[in-house]
Order: sequence, then C-alpha cells, then structure tokens
Amino acid sequence: MTGQPTPILALDRVTKTFGHGPGAVHAARSISFSLHAGRALALVGESGSGKTTCARMAMREYMPTEGKILFKGEPVDRASPTETARYRRAVQMIFQDPFASLNPAHTIAYHLKRPLLLHRPDIKRAEIDATVRALLQQVKLDPDIVTPKYPHELSGGQRQRVNIARALAAKPEVIVADEPTSMLDVSVRLGVLNLLSEMKQQMKLGLLYITHDIATARYVAEDIAVMYAGQIVEWGNVGKVIDNPAHPYTKLLLSAVPDPDIRFDDPSVRLRPEDAEEIRRKSALTQDKIVEVDTDHFVRAA
Amino acid sequence: MTAPLLSVKNLTIDYIGEEKDFRAVDDVSFDVAPGEVFGLAGESGCGKSTIAFAISRLHKPPALIRRESTILLNGRNVLDLDDKGLRDFRWREVAMVFQSAMNSLNPVLRIEQQFYDVLKTHKGMSRAQARDRTAEMLKLVDIAPDRMRDYPHQFSGGMRQRIVIAICLALDPRLVVMDEPTTALDVVVQREILQRINELRRSLGFAVLFITHDLGLMVQFCDRIGIMLAGKLVEQNTAEATYGSPQHDYTKQLWASFPSLHGGVLL
Repeated sequence: MTGQPTPILALDRVTKTFGHGPGAVHAARSISFSLHAGRALALVGESGSGKTTCARMAMREYMPTEGKILFKGEPVDRASPTETARYRRAVQMIFQDPFASLNPAHTIAYHLKRPLLLHRPDIKRAEIDATVRALLQQVKLDPDIVTPKYPHELSGGQRQRVNIARALAAKPEVIVADEPTSMLDVSVRLGVLNLLSEMKQQMKLGLLYITHDIATARYVAEDIAVMYAGQIVEWGNVGKVIDNPAHPYTKLLLSAVPDPDIRFDDPSVRLRPEDAEEIRRKSALTQDKIVEVDTDHFVRAA
Repeated sequence: MTAPLLSVKNLTIDYIGEEKDFRAVDDVSFDVAPGEVFGLAGESGCGKSTIAFAISRLHKPPALIRRESTILLNGRNVLDLDDKGLRDFRWREVAMVFQSAMNSLNPVLRIEQQFYDVLKTHKGMSRAQARDRTAEMLKLVDIAPDRMRDYPHQFSGGMRQRIVIAICLALDPRLVVMDEPTTALDVVVQREILQRINELRRSLGFAVLFITHDLGLMVQFCDRIGIMLAGKLVEQNTAEATYGSPQHDYTKQLWASFPSLHGGVLL
C-alpha cells in the first residue's frame, strides 16, 4: 500500500508448510498484510484456514518456510539478539482461552509484575506496585480487589482483562489477539472488544484481531482479510469488503452469518450444500491473480 | 394450540452444597408443541444446560430436582419413571445432542458399529437391519452411506456432528434436545447443519429444544424463545417478538451485546 507510513509489522508473501512430500500441509500460502499504528486488521476465516498459523508467524513462534517478516521495514530473520529481545517486547499476544493462559499458582499481581521486571528496565523497583495498579485501572479492574487474587477467583471476562493488562505491561507496539472473546459470555464480549479498541487508539497500537466472527471484525477493525485454506482470498477496508464482497468464499461466509432478519424456513435464502462444497473446492486452489475491486479492496481470482 | 409434547412445570433444581445450596433453575415452566423448535437462550451459568439434562433425567448429584417440579412428556411425568421406564424413554422419546457432540463418537469403532449399538440395544435389530437403517439415516444428513465403514477421525468436525445427529434421530424420537450443537463449528457448517435439521423436523415431525447463547441464530431457527437469567425464565415469546419487541430489560441488553454485520449493534 503506497502513501502510508512504514508499517510496524508486515508479512511479505509469507508461506508456511508443515511436513513434506505428498502429505505436506500448506497452512499459509503467500500471505501479505501489514499492521499500522492505531489501526486494527481483522483476520477472518473458519477453523483450519490458517489464521492462527499467521498469528504464530507474527509472534515469531514459527519461522516461515518462504517470504519475509518485516519489523519497521527490517527483515526479522537477520535480527541480532538485542533486536530480537526488542521484538519480543514490542509484539505481545492475547490468547483465546482466558482459563488456560494465566498460571493458577500465581496471583494477578505476579502476572503483571513479571513483564514489568523483564521488559521495562525504565521502571524503578519502587514504582512497580504503582504501575501494576495503573495497568489494572487501565483495563477497568479495581486494583485493591484484584491484585491479591488468584486466576480461579476471577470470571472469564476479568481474566481476559488481566491478559490485556499483562500484554500492555510490556509497552507493546503490536498486539496479536487470537480469538480473544470466543470463550467469553456474550454479555461481556463487547466490553472486552471496546477495551481493545480504546487501547489501540490511546496507545497507537497495531492490532491483529483474529476471529471467526465477522460481525465483531466489523466492530473492532478498520481493515479485514478473509482467509480460506491458507490464502487470503479478499482484503481491504472492512466496510467495503463486508458490504460489497467480491470473492465467492466471502459471499458464502457472509450469507451464513446468523442474521435474525432471515428465517431458515424461507426457501429463497436456503444455502445449497452442493454450492457451498463447490465454492470451497474452488477457493482451495491456488489463486494467483489479484484484482482491485475498488480503492483499498482487493480480491484473489483463479 | 394442540396438547404440548413436553410440558415443564415449576421446575426447580438446586445444586446441594456443603454450606448452602445453589439454585440453578428457579420455578421454570414452559411447553413445547409437537414439531416445534423451542429455544432457550442465556449466558453460561444461567441454568439452560441444567434444564436440558433434567429433561433426559441425566442430572447427577449434587443436582437435586425439587419435589414440586414436573416434566411431562406426552402426559407422563419423566421424574416418576423407574429404571426400566427410563431406558425405554431415553433416545426413543427424547434424544440429546451435546455441546461437543462430535467428540462423543467412540474413536476406535466404525460408524456402522456405533449405529448398531443403539439400534440393537433399543430396538433389537439384526446387523443387516441396522445397516439398512444406518444407510437411511446417513443419507438424511447428506453423508454417503458407503462411508459407514469409516472411523470418526476420517470425517471432518461438521460431518461428525451430522453423524451424531443421525444417530440421535435413528429411533425416531419425538423430542431432540440440542445443547449448543454447533458452537464449535464455523458459520457455514453451522448453517448447513441447522438448515438440514429444520428440513428434517418438517418432514419427520420431531420437536427440538434448542439451547444456545447466540440470539441471532436462535431467531433464525426457533418458533418460540425463552430467555433465561440466573435460573429464571424471564421472557417467553415467539421468535419474531423476541427480536422485534423484546419485553424484558435483560433481553434488550442481550440484543445490544451483538455487533451487527451492518455496523453498530443489533437493535
């Protein structure tokens, strides 16, 4: 994308293959996207489409088979240990399962002190407790009540807020949130999403929001990328892609999103399984041609 | 309205604790007509799954159903059934699809064998009869009958879920209880499965008690909806009314927590 400042984090035609020979799984095929300060990119797709593989490559948990990951324009595979440490601080992750991602044997205070001690040499020892309090206030939890508690004493939504505070403690520039609300109750989901959006704007974070729920993607993100079978099949401005989908798979996905205005009994909206199967089969093939539907709205074609 | 198939009256269920009891279901009453899809919506912990378990009498201590409760199926009180009555009642009259049902298939048995287990136990069918019935049921859920010789791992998650639904329907139950049947699946597969169930209930005439937290999905699929909050049924109405003119504040709040695809939130 031209005319924009250098993205904080960018994947440039990145491919990840697991295994080899005929049994190889192409989890990510020629993936390119970039994260900008203060903007959110939603990566949407069904389970097995390669969303989490992309997240793990962005976290440098997997090394890509091909292609480059650029951090502020510099390829990360040539990074020195100091630069790698800087990357580890700057890119933080929020996991799907708030019940499994906090250590049950430690208090909430401990979970927040650790990243401060490790990643924030600028904070003096004496100021750590105050910083922990400030972090908890930032995610709208009461520090007096929450700090001495253990994870099992908190609800799922509270735990996810602690996870966000833990990610913020390292003063990140990018947050990768992998389905941060899919295990939360509907009534607390929006609160967590609103919090993420607020943090993104206030702290000028680049947010990679991974989800299978396309409606929340619209709620949180400015940009969207729809993935299927390891490829990003359509991407661009979130409103343009959702209101005017061009790729058959995006259309299929949108038509299946639960919509209270559409009743299953209405024969005109019936989704034919054989059509869905055909779209899946075609979308799984490598599609190299990229078509610009509109400014900031692109689609892949066979 | 015709006589209800299922009639739950004053259902109260406590989880007995050491110090105090926790009331999971508090004086809940609702009816489900034959062939109807009735939805129960609410947050986790509101008691909706506890109701589902109670209807099949699958609840275990410390859950205790209080004495004033009745669950009538075709006029018979499920809570009075003895062991033999219960065996005849389960699966034949009320079948249940669990939350992660696709993981409830036995991984070391062929699909055919898992159908045979049910058909032999409940109907005394022979191998050949069971095979015919299995083929028939698999066709209903759009799976090629020749795949009955396969093992569960050879199917995708959505296909496994459809197989579980086929096993559920194999004995022609009058009521199918579905507790979050598609939560673990992506939206396209979810749509395919629920659309199929909707067609099947029209042709076979079974009723469905559908439990989920996704209100939008519920309005698409259900005829009537009950909204639960902390063990109480706070609102009960047709799907259109629950969506178009929600009465209870909690229902309105619940709607407001769903982002809309078209921007903003629903309502």
